[in-house]
Amino acid sequence: MTTTVQDASAVVPDFGDEVVRKMCFVCSKGNLDMAYPALIMANGALTEGVDVDIFFTFWGLDMINKETVDKLQFTILGNTAMHMPGSSKHIPQGLAGLPGMTGFATHMLKKQIHDLDVPDIREFLTLLHDMGARLWACRMSADMAGLEKADLIDEVEDIINVSEFIELSGDSQVIFV
Amino acid sequence: MPAATIAGREVQVDAEGFMTDYDEWDEDVARQLAANIGIELTDAHWPVIRFVREDFKVQGESPTLRRVTMQSGVPTKQLFALFPKKPAKKMSYVAGVPKPAGCV
Repeated sequence: MTTTVQDASAVVPDFGDEVVRKMCFVCSKGNLDMAYPALIMANGALTEGVDVDIFFTFWGLDMINKETVDKLQFTILGNTAMHMPGSSKHIPQGLAGLPGMTGFATHMLKKQIHDLDVPDIREFLTLLHDMGARLWACRMSADMAGLEKADLIDEVEDIINVSEFIELSGDSQVIFV
Repeated sequence: MPAATIAGREVQVDAEGFMTDYDEWDEDVARQLAANIGIELTDAHWPVIRFVREDFKVQGESPTLRRVTMQSGVPTKQLFALFPKKPAKKMSYVAGVPKPAGCV
């Protein structure tokens, strides 16, 4: 049954523009498959008008290091849940260490991601930055790796220490990946 | 299914207020929908709105923000400027199509 609503304002979507929500994603992994989850969630958050900070620590620093950002890999080794894409056929761990398997798995994952029209990591970081995300590098991780700000992609705001991270994430929902 | 009176005529909307009949949309309706959410449409808005409608017609689903940027060439930053805070949902709302369902 159709109800006629004369007052159009009664059915205007509430986009919740006045709500201030902040999220902070911590990226601690340097594997290709572990680089995506935070970036995809951050993209969703930004699209929903959420204020986003992303903090890269330990191996996560590889995601914003100019030298490594385009070379992230996906390995089957250690992933005991691994099965063929689109099937439940298990891939034995014994096969995972064979020469070329990591390259093959990386190639396959990149193809699947590309087929979904999801950008590669380098482009994704630019996209998130354009959408308003702030990218931060971990001071201790940078010191351990001997990296300076010039070694990191241009979208990175700064290298900050853990106190600064705790401060900036004070009123955020923090998601550790 | 409720109906709303927009730009002087009755259109079908869902519980949130998104239009549900593609063919009931026209530019006057779009102007009113935009005004409902505090947006005054300018020359910069129309190419985006037309792309969203055309893409929905072809693909059968509303485009995500990334798709709009990739296919229409309008930079993401500009989409945020034109449809502040929640551009993907807002451009769909004004274009008279459902909210986008895709993740990226």
